Amino acid sequence: MQNAASPPARAPLLRRSAARYSGWRLFLEALTGHRGWGEAWRKARPRERYRVVVVGGGGHGLATAHSLATEHGITDVAVIERGALGLGNVGRNTTIIRSNYFHPDNIRFYDLSLTLWEQLERQLNFNAMVSQRGTLNLFHTEAQRDLFTRRANAMRLLGVDALELSRAEVRRRVPLIDMDGGRFPVLGGFLQPRGGTARHDAVAWGYARAAAAAGVDVVEHCEVTGIRCQGSRVTGVDTTQGFVGADVVCLAVAGHSSRLAAHVGLTLPIETHVLQAFVSEALKPVLDLVVTYGAGHFYISQSDKGGLVFGGGIDGYNSYGQRGTLPMAEEVAAAAVTLMPALARVRVLRQWGGVMDMSMDGSPIISRTPIDGLFLNAGWCYGGFKAIPAGGRATAHLIAHGEPHPLARHLDLDRFAAGRTIDERGAGPFPYAH
Amino acid sequence: MLRIPCPWCGVRDETEFRYRGDASVARPGEHADAAAFAEFVYSRRNPSDWHREWWLHVGGCRRLIAVERHATTHAIRAVAPP
Repeated sequence: MQNAASPPARAPLLRRSAARYSGWRLFLEALTGHRGWGEAWRKARPRERYRVVVVGGGGHGLATAHSLATEHGITDVAVIERGALGLGNVGRNTTIIRSNYFHPDNIRFYDLSLTLWEQLERQLNFNAMVSQRGTLNLFHTEAQRDLFTRRANAMRLLGVDALELSRAEVRRRVPLIDMDGGRFPVLGGFLQPRGGTARHDAVAWGYARAAAAAGVDVVEHCEVTGIRCQGSRVTGVDTTQGFVGADVVCLAVAGHSSRLAAHVGLTLPIETHVLQAFVSEALKPVLDLVVTYGAGHFYISQSDKGGLVFGGGIDGYNSYGQRGTLPMAEEVAAAAVTLMPALARVRVLRQWGGVMDMSMDGSPIISRTPIDGLFLNAGWCYGGFKAIPAGGRATAHLIAHGEPHPLARHLDLDRFAAGRTIDERGAGPFPYAH
Repeated sequence: MLRIPCPWCGVRDETEFRYRGDASVARPGEHADAAAFAEFVYSRRNPSDWHREWWLHVGGCRRLIAVERHATTHAIRAVAPP
């Protein structure tokens, strides 16, 4: 198919099986010096016109294009990405997947995502290193225990896995935790066994490869500089490689949604904020769960390379600077050594920032817009990565049928004015508080 | 680390302040319709360049100040009392 590895003389069936990644293929390639792999996806140049143009080659954009092509038979699709794939937020997060929400609508939507994560690698024929090691939220007060118990019960009522761990069980599962130290001793934990992590940039590569194989044009290094409309109907996008016509344009550019929407005069219920992440030097295995601290904003896991991957809250003020500043780095480090004092001697290897679409209620937006043919996949706050498979499926459903996906009805843009906001934390319309 | 020049206290670290959001939105009059209020509560221009925003000097004079800050470079070009 798309793979340059296969000589043209072979029969299509053989060619298809040769393009598949498998243990057998790895074995054959190992015998021939790994010269036959070829590129994972076609490097496309934009054509003059498509039925659907997806702006943004991140997780959600690629998953949307993949779903359009494989589930709805719409293959006349281009994904237009400003940089190279995997360098935006899809490759800048702390790779956590989970569905331990409280609102029933959120639980259903994110659990669809988790279910799709469980099938993702077989579906994409790509190793995204999905690891369901479990996500553990710690609680430190009786009130917090009540809150987590209520959340666990809400999840269980909808058939989603959730367990309460005793203090002794937490101590046994995560010996690194200082159970009694600091002002907030650990009383127990709330575990979602099906939660875990996935290799973030591999998710982008896997979707790009599968989407390209299904006929989608993945266009890299092509920035969208404008959106054209005729009346209130979208007609295409201006790019650094010329005008590209389209019946449907979908913005999947979380972090920059407001900037792109401004091209057509739309003002969104979104502010852009920066979130930092950190990776330590590689250690021997010390942590086999994703652990979230309950007395501060801090979460940590250990990657397969051995580095501890951790982060905290957003820096707290509007920013498009993909870097992050020191006060939050200090707060995250303080939380790390309070929860796990042994980490005081670990060196941080890398730190980076990504820019988030912080929506006014802390929940995402998958919606049509006042412009006909312009769709929005935005407002993911700092929870976009885990939602990629469901976000792509729901966005593609909306584009293909003109109707929202049954599990994403609540994510429309009209909910704000209508007073149907989904504020998981009850923080109010203040993006810096979510 | 932002260094914010408070009009009353002088230049102080951002850790003395609490961010209070976009200062360019104005509350509509009491007879405005629901759409105008929804706009006020939820719509944000969210520019990538100059942004006028409220900061509360909790660790100092405890007053609100309006700061004009660049949302990409973080440079501050103007500070004013409300």
